[in-house]
Amino acid sequence: MTEKQNPTELTGTVNAISEAVVINLYAAADKIYPRSTFGFFTKWRWVTIWLTQLFFYGIPWIEWGSRQALLFDLEARRFYIFNLVLYPQDLIYLTAILIISALSLFLFTAIAGRLWCGYACPQTVYTEIFLWIEAKIEGDRAARMKLDDAPMSSKKLLKKGSKHAAWIVFALWTGFTFVGYFSPIRELGASVIGNSLGPWETFWIGFYGFATYGNAGFMREQVCKYMCPYARFQSAMFDDDTLIVTYDEARGEPRGNRSRKADISNQNLGACIDCSMCVQVCPTGIDIRKGLQYECIGCGACADVCDTVMDKMGYERGLVKYSTQNAVNKGWSQKQVLRHIMRPRVIIYAGILIFLVAGLLTSLWLRSSFRVDVVRDRGVMARLATGGMLENVYRLQIMNATETTQHYQLSATGINNLVIESDVATKDKTVTVNPADSRWIPVRLQIPDGSMASGSHKVQFEVKSMDSKESVIEKSVFLVPR
Amino acid sequence: MSDFTSSFWPIFITVISLAGVLGCALLLWVTSKIKASSPSGDNTNGHVWDETLREMNNPLPRWWVWMFIITIVFSLFYFAAYPSLATYEGKLGWSQVGQYEQEMATANKTIAPLYAKFTAMPVEELANNAEAHAIGERLFMNNCAQCHGSDAHGSKGFPNLTDHDWIYGGSPETIQETITNGRIGMMPPMASAVGSDDDVKNVSNYVLSLSGSNHDAARAVLGKEKFASCAACHGADGKGNQAIGALNLTDDIWLHGAGEAAIIKRINEGKTNQMPAQNAKFSPEQIHVLAAYVWGLSNNAATSNVAQETAQ
Repeated sequence: MTEKQNPTELTGTVNAISEAVVINLYAAADKIYPRSTFGFFTKWRWVTIWLTQLFFYGIPWIEWGSRQALLFDLEARRFYIFNLVLYPQDLIYLTAILIISALSLFLFTAIAGRLWCGYACPQTVYTEIFLWIEAKIEGDRAARMKLDDAPMSSKKLLKKGSKHAAWIVFALWTGFTFVGYFSPIRELGASVIGNSLGPWETFWIGFYGFATYGNAGFMREQVCKYMCPYARFQSAMFDDDTLIVTYDEARGEPRGNRSRKADISNQNLGACIDCSMCVQVCPTGIDIRKGLQYECIGCGACADVCDTVMDKMGYERGLVKYSTQNAVNKGWSQKQVLRHIMRPRVIIYAGILIFLVAGLLTSLWLRSSFRVDVVRDRGVMARLATGGMLENVYRLQIMNATETTQHYQLSATGINNLVIESDVATKDKTVTVNPADSRWIPVRLQIPDGSMASGSHKVQFEVKSMDSKESVIEKSVFLVPR
Repeated sequence: MSDFTSSFWPIFITVISLAGVLGCALLLWVTSKIKASSPSGDNTNGHVWDETLREMNNPLPRWWVWMFIITIVFSLFYFAAYPSLATYEGKLGWSQVGQYEQEMATANKTIAPLYAKFTAMPVEELANNAEAHAIGERLFMNNCAQCHGSDAHGSKGFPNLTDHDWIYGGSPETIQETITNGRIGMMPPMASAVGSDDDVKNVSNYVLSLSGSNHDAARAVLGKEKFASCAACHGADGKGNQAIGALNLTDDIWLHGAGEAAIIKRINEGKTNQMPAQNAKFSPEQIHVLAAYVWGLSNNAATSNVAQETAQ
C-alpha cells in the first residue's frame, strides 16, 4: 500500500534507523487487546449496539395475527413483513432496499465518516459484545495480556474455558435467531428443546453460530482490514469536510511525557503526553496520531480516552476529536464545521436517497393486494368452439397477497363481442383464491368466428377483487388464424 | 465416464486443475522465501512516486497463507474423492445421475404416504377430494395442457376432455389405461374403397347428415350406400367403436375439423393420431390421481370451485 507520510515524521524515523532492514511478505497478525473505554462515543456505541441487537434478537418473536411478524418462508416462497405478503415477483422491493442502503452508506460516510463501521456493522458490534464478555471474565487489557503470557494453569483454563463457553452460547443463540427469520422461531425453539431439528436448520444454526464465534472472537479487525470491501471504498467518499476521528497535530506535537504539574509553556512540548492510551483502546490497533488510516473504523474510542487523559492533566479536551480535516487545519469552530456539511455531494446523495425512499413508499402504498400474470396457451393457437365461436385459451395466475380468502371477478375487453369463459369460475365469472396462495385459472376468450380479421389483436384482462374492490389489468393478445 | 466426445477436454481439465493447484503451492513457497529489503529501514521499500508517495510493505497476515494451504490440501482430497481428473471416477463413486436418482428416491419416499392414501380411494371419490384435485390439476397443467389445452378443451387433433364424447371410453379404468399406455388411432385412406371423387363427396355429406350438420341431402342419400365401407369401424349407425377408437360421427364434435372439405380430406388421406404413453413419466399412483382429475372434468362440472372452498 501507499501512504502519504508526514515529512517531519519521516526525517525523524530515517535518522533514527538508517541501515537497510529486511522485511517479510507474510507476518503473523498481532493480537490486539483493546482497553475498555468510557465517554461520549462509547456511550453512543452501546446505544446503537442495544438498538440493533434488540431489533435482531427481538423481531422474530413478535407475532402478527396468527403468524410471525417477520418471516421469510423460503420453502413456500412467501415473505411476510408485518401486514405485507411478498412474492418472489416482488424482488424489485429488495433491489430498492439494497440501493437505498448503499446510498445511505454513501451519504453517512460523506457526512460523518465510517459511522456504519463503528456503530452498526455486525462485525464490529459483535466484536464489541464479545470483547465485553471477554473483559467480564478475563479482565481488562493488562489482565488479559498477563493471562495470555502466563503458563497454562487450572485458573487460566477455567477463565479461558468459561469465556469460550459464554461465547459459544451467545453465538449459538445468534445462529438460532438468524434461522428464526426463515423458520418460525417458536416452533424452532420447540424443535431445539425436543431435539427434533431438521438437518438444514441444524446446519444453518451451527454455521451462523460458528461464523459469529469465529469472526467476533478471533478474526475481529482482520475482517475489516483484509476482507471487507466497504472498508476500502469508503475512503473514496471522504473529503476535507467529512467528519472523522482526527488528532490535532498542531496542538499535540511535539509529544512527550511530563509531570502533571509541569508548566509546558516554556518547554518545547505539545499537549500530547504520549501516554499511548489512544493506541491501547483502539480495536484495530492503530495510532490515530499518524493521521487518517484505512483501518480506522471511526468508533471514537481514542477520542473518549484522550478526553479522560486531558481532564486528568487539566488540559482542554479535544486533542483527539470528531472533526474534519479542514476544521483542524483552519481552526474552524463547530458552527463552521456544521455549515460545511451542506456541500454538493451531500446534497446529491441526499436528493437521490429521498427520491428513492419516496418512490419505494409510494410503490408499496399503491401496491395491489394481488398480482396477475397472463400466459397464452402456446400449444393451442385458436380453435372453433360450438356456436360458431373462435376461441383462444389463456392461463391467469392470480397471486393473493392478502391473508384472507379472496374472490376475484374476471373480465376481458379489447374486441367487440368478446366473451370470457372458465370452467373453474362460477356463473358470474368469479374465482376463489386461498389466503397467500396463487392459483392458475384456465380461461377462454371467444369471439364470433369471422368477426375479426386474421392476425393478432390486443386484449386486456381485468381481474377485480370482490372483497377489496381493487382491480388489476393485464395485457395479452387474441389470435385469429388465417 | 466422460461425456466429452474428444479426449482433448478431459486432458485440458486435468492440466488446468493440477497446474492451478501446483501453481498456487509454488507461488506460496516462493513468496515465503523472498525477503524484500527496506533501504531506509522504516518499512517502506524504497519506491517513491510523486515526490512524497512511498510504497510501504504491507505483509499478508499468516492466517491468510494458512487458508491457501487448507485450500490446496482440500483440493487434493477433492481430486481423490470426486470425479475430477480426466476420466477418473473418484473414490466416493459420486455422479450427477446418482445424485439425481438419490434425490428422486428421497422425494418419492416423502410423497409415498400421500399417494398411498389416494390409491386406496376409487376415482369417483378422489375426483371430489380437494387435495387430490389440486395435485391432479398441477400434473395436468405441467404435462397434459401442452396438447389438450390449459382448460382441457383440446383443439384440432387433440381431444376435448371435458365433454362426454370419449374416443376409447370415459370410465375411470379406460382413462387410466389411456394415460398409462397411450393410444394410437389409425384410420386408413379410404378413397379407393369408397370409389370416385364424387362418391367421396357423397359419403362426406352422408356423414354430415348423421349429426344434422349442414349437408346436401341429395348427395347424402347417394352416399349412404358407399358408407358401408366405413361402417366396419364406425358402425352401421356411425356411432363409432370405442374398442378400436373409431370416432362417433353422429355428434357435432369434429376432432380433425368440421365441414365437407375436412371430411373429404380424412377419407382421402386417412389419419394416424397418437397420444404418447405416460407410464415412463408418472408412477401408477400419480396416474391414478391424474385419471381422477380428468374423469372429474366431465363428471363434476363444479369440482374446482367446490374443491377450492372445501380446501379452506
